[in-house]
Amino acid sequence: MPSPGRAVDDAVPQGDALAAAYLLGLADDAMVYAQRLGEWLTNAPQIEEDMALANISLDLIGQARGLYPRVGELDGTGRGEDDYAMLRDERGWCNVHLVEQERGDFAFEVARLLWFSASRIELLAAGSADRVLDGVMAKAYKEARYHLDHAVQWTLRLGDGTEESHRRMQTALVAVAPYVDELFDDDPVSAAAYAEGIGPLPSETREVAERTVQRIVAEATLTMPGASPWRSRGGRAGIHSRPMGSLLAEMQHLARSHPGATW
Amino acid sequence: MTEPGSVAAERSWPLWEVFVRARRGLSHVHVGSLHAPDATMALRNARDVYTRRQEGVSIWVVEAASITASSPAEKDSFFDPAADKVYRHPTFYDVPEDVEYL
Repeated sequence: MPSPGRAVDDAVPQGDALAAAYLLGLADDAMVYAQRLGEWLTNAPQIEEDMALANISLDLIGQARGLYPRVGELDGTGRGEDDYAMLRDERGWCNVHLVEQERGDFAFEVARLLWFSASRIELLAAGSADRVLDGVMAKAYKEARYHLDHAVQWTLRLGDGTEESHRRMQTALVAVAPYVDELFDDDPVSAAAYAEGIGPLPSETREVAERTVQRIVAEATLTMPGASPWRSRGGRAGIHSRPMGSLLAEMQHLARSHPGATW
Repeated sequence: MTEPGSVAAERSWPLWEVFVRARRGLSHVHVGSLHAPDATMALRNARDVYTRRQEGVSIWVVEAASITASSPAEKDSFFDPAADKVYRHPTFYDVPEDVEYL
């Protein structure tokens, strides 16, 4: 298998810099997905679902906020949460492509949330030698269990619902499939972090996560999509897909237009 | 039944009444209502809508249609007759000072 594309051909960071790079990936996944989920406010099928997705979004922002200051400590720059979330350009972001994709229909969001939480829950369960990350993981694990439950409940209802909801849910699983491999890539930073006990090896979390998704997909009378003709890669190295630019523009617009603004 | 996919079907999610117990020892109190396709989702929606600020440790949901309620029109015959029956109140006992919830 070809290795995921890398933005910069630097050597893998060591020590604190390595931990910083690893934490940044986890934080960026949460931050970018929080932004996408927040877009559902006023757009979900029911106001109750607006609340549910916004709550998940806020959980993820909380996880990112817990991690960014620690990244700033470890990489020696002393940067804070706003510096990472609001003042970083696209090439500095280390999130996977799944979370940056544009909001599709509700079924797409359910499929994305299903894979995202099924994989993240396995990362979080592993614990970490970094004390801050370990603390965030313990808190985030409980949250992720609820996120996964929410995705599961909707996958079952849409898959085993009407003809139209079944069709849409199946289409959504196919649309998400090309982004799944990247969730479990052993990119150089994750592999090195694993060797230091900072995080689990992504590829080793795949079996359990995949089994969770397969079980729910089958119960929902859906079928797992076949192998995708292409797959995303490069997110952890700062190479992103087209939607990332406009996502950052919208998310960072206020902070960049009014530096240091408060309320 | 309405046709699936129609606007009516989309809005025909039943109404659920939500009861939250604030903490152990207290009883569940009605906090509001919401729409949900079934009981399982109603419970989850209730968690997201009514307990996001740590308001509770337990939630009940009941489909609103399952509740038989007294009618405001019957208010006079239902409740007013109790107004002048003071002898039904346990006001003729001395309540010890330390007993809070009697």
